[in-house]
Amino acid sequence: MLVLALDTATPASTAALVEVTADGLRGIAERRTVDPRAHGEKLAPEIAATLAESGVRPGDLAAIVAGIGPGPFTGLRVGLATAVSMGQALDIPTYGVCSLDALGRAAGPGRVLVATDARRREVYYATYMDGVRVTDPDVARPADVASTVEKPERVVGEGGLKYGDVFGVPVEDHLLYPPGAALVALAAERIRAAAPSEPLTPLYLRRPDAVEPTGRKSVLT
Amino acid sequence: MPDEPLVLGIETSCDETGVGIVRGHTLLADALASSVDQHARFGGVVPEVASRAHLEAIVPTMRRALDEAKVTLADIDAIAVTSGPGLAGALLVGVAAAKGYALAADKPIYGVNHLAAHVAVDTLEHGPLPEPAVAMLVSGGHSSLLLVDDLTAGVTPLGATIDDAAGEAFDKVARLLGLGFPGGPVIDRRAREGDPAAIAFPRGLTAPKDLAAHRFDFSFSGLKTAVARWVEARERDGEPVPVADVSASFQEAVCDVLTAKAIQACLAHGVRTLVIGGGVAANSRLRVLAGQRAEKHGISVRVPRPQLCTDNGAMVAALGSSLVAAGVAPSRLDLPADSSMALTTVSVAG
Ligand SMILES: [Zn+2]
Repeated sequence: MLVLALDTATPASTAALVEVTADGLRGIAERRTVDPRAHGEKLAPEIAATLAESGVRPGDLAAIVAGIGPGPFTGLRVGLATAVSMGQALDIPTYGVCSLDALGRAAGPGRVLVATDARRREVYYATYMDGVRVTDPDVARPADVASTVEKPERVVGEGGLKYGDVFGVPVEDHLLYPPGAALVALAAERIRAAAPSEPLTPLYLRRPDAVEPTGRKSVLT
Repeated sequence: MPDEPLVLGIETSCDETGVGIVRGHTLLADALASSVDQHARFGGVVPEVASRAHLEAIVPTMRRALDEAKVTLADIDAIAVTSGPGLAGALLVGVAAAKGYALAADKPIYGVNHLAAHVAVDTLEHGPLPEPAVAMLVSGGHSSLLLVDDLTAGVTPLGATIDDAAGEAFDKVARLLGLGFPGGPVIDRRAREGDPAAIAFPRGLTAPKDLAAHRFDFSFSGLKTAVARWVEARERDGEPVPVADVSASFQEAVCDVLTAKAIQACLAHGVRTLVIGGGVAANSRLRVLAGQRAEKHGISVRVPRPQLCTDNGAMVAALGSSLVAAGVAPSRLDLPADSSMALTTVSVAG
């Protein structure tokens, strides 16, 4: 089964085509652009190019897997809006996976901290043991993360690179953004079982900035 | 006519998620989801709240539009989407979704200007637009006068607000009077029981010295402050605030300036057709006053029904349909959302 994976939860816009077989996965093609302000422009051409270079038509896809974050809201929504609209148009299921989990899974054995840039001097993070998540995704200042989580052996994700000094553990700088194959791997069982399509609800982890007005300011003063 | 283009339009520039479907100038579906209730307690549209709501609403709204029009995405000839101007994050949800639909269904995509779409929607109700025409677009986000020679090629801005949009003034005055959000409909309603001549509120940018530089521009900030001062003075003196009279007098000031400048724009450019669009075009006093003043000069006024005046997907589909019919090239898949798209851009070139 041919599966399209999309992720825009980090500065990277990622589109990947992965084949899911009865007992494994095969990565076919992947495109990625790193630009925190250009998800809206980059993602769709990447999808088109990924499919075209593989000789695959959209109608050949069996499912779409999308990283649901956490990530900066505006960029994150680009991947999700693209995934749900393609899923609806093709009448194929969409599955959501935590974007941090894709990095955690790809990081492999040992105790690993996944940290991505949440802006405002904070990171989105979660911890993993042998690729499996052990603490829930959250958002915090790097120093607070370092002092609260059990000391990891390594850190992955571009948040780890940006705040390497604070975490004080080795940074795997080849693993900065969620890889397409890892996204698909996380949903492989659901894909093989033809599980029902899921609404792609973003992991925002922060409320919208909005202040309710309190009384009214006088214009006479 | 079966060979007229079947075009789908997606609108997410503010707080309405709209999907409309037209064939030529015939409206087949106009599905809408609004997040207005979620903004009420903040007294105005909160961009992040609107963007979140768009993502939740886009798939069900698309479903309703396709069902209503009894077509599938495969039947559609082109997909048009508002790519600006508007709230950046909100626009991006619609643009990304439109690309997903276009990619999956292999259809051309047109990134279109929201304001031009407000003009184009009138064709669904009154047929092809006589050109040249003057368009007045008034809403919570914009207040503009435009000269329309050929809507598919470009429009010429004649003037715009230099501070608040007209709809914004309605919202702010409604809040001042404790009438809630959005302010337009409730002020319109309360004004019916009031005297529009009770209080002489200022008419912005109508003095001779202002007309030199701002002949077709608007200003509503001073009016809003004048209303606030008047109301506070009453309250300070312990007198009741005559809400109906304040509403009527404020509304009269807004409508007086808008219609006077719109008619002047028509006369200055020898134009016989005035199109009014945007949420404030639903205001009953604006419609009446525009009609009366235009009639004196032999100008015909076209205002779509209120449902089509506010933001919706049908207006985007209507503009898309005109672009397809005119043979305009579609946009590319790297189409950006442009929160400050210039009025001179009707659709984003491929
Ligand atoms: Zn509008």
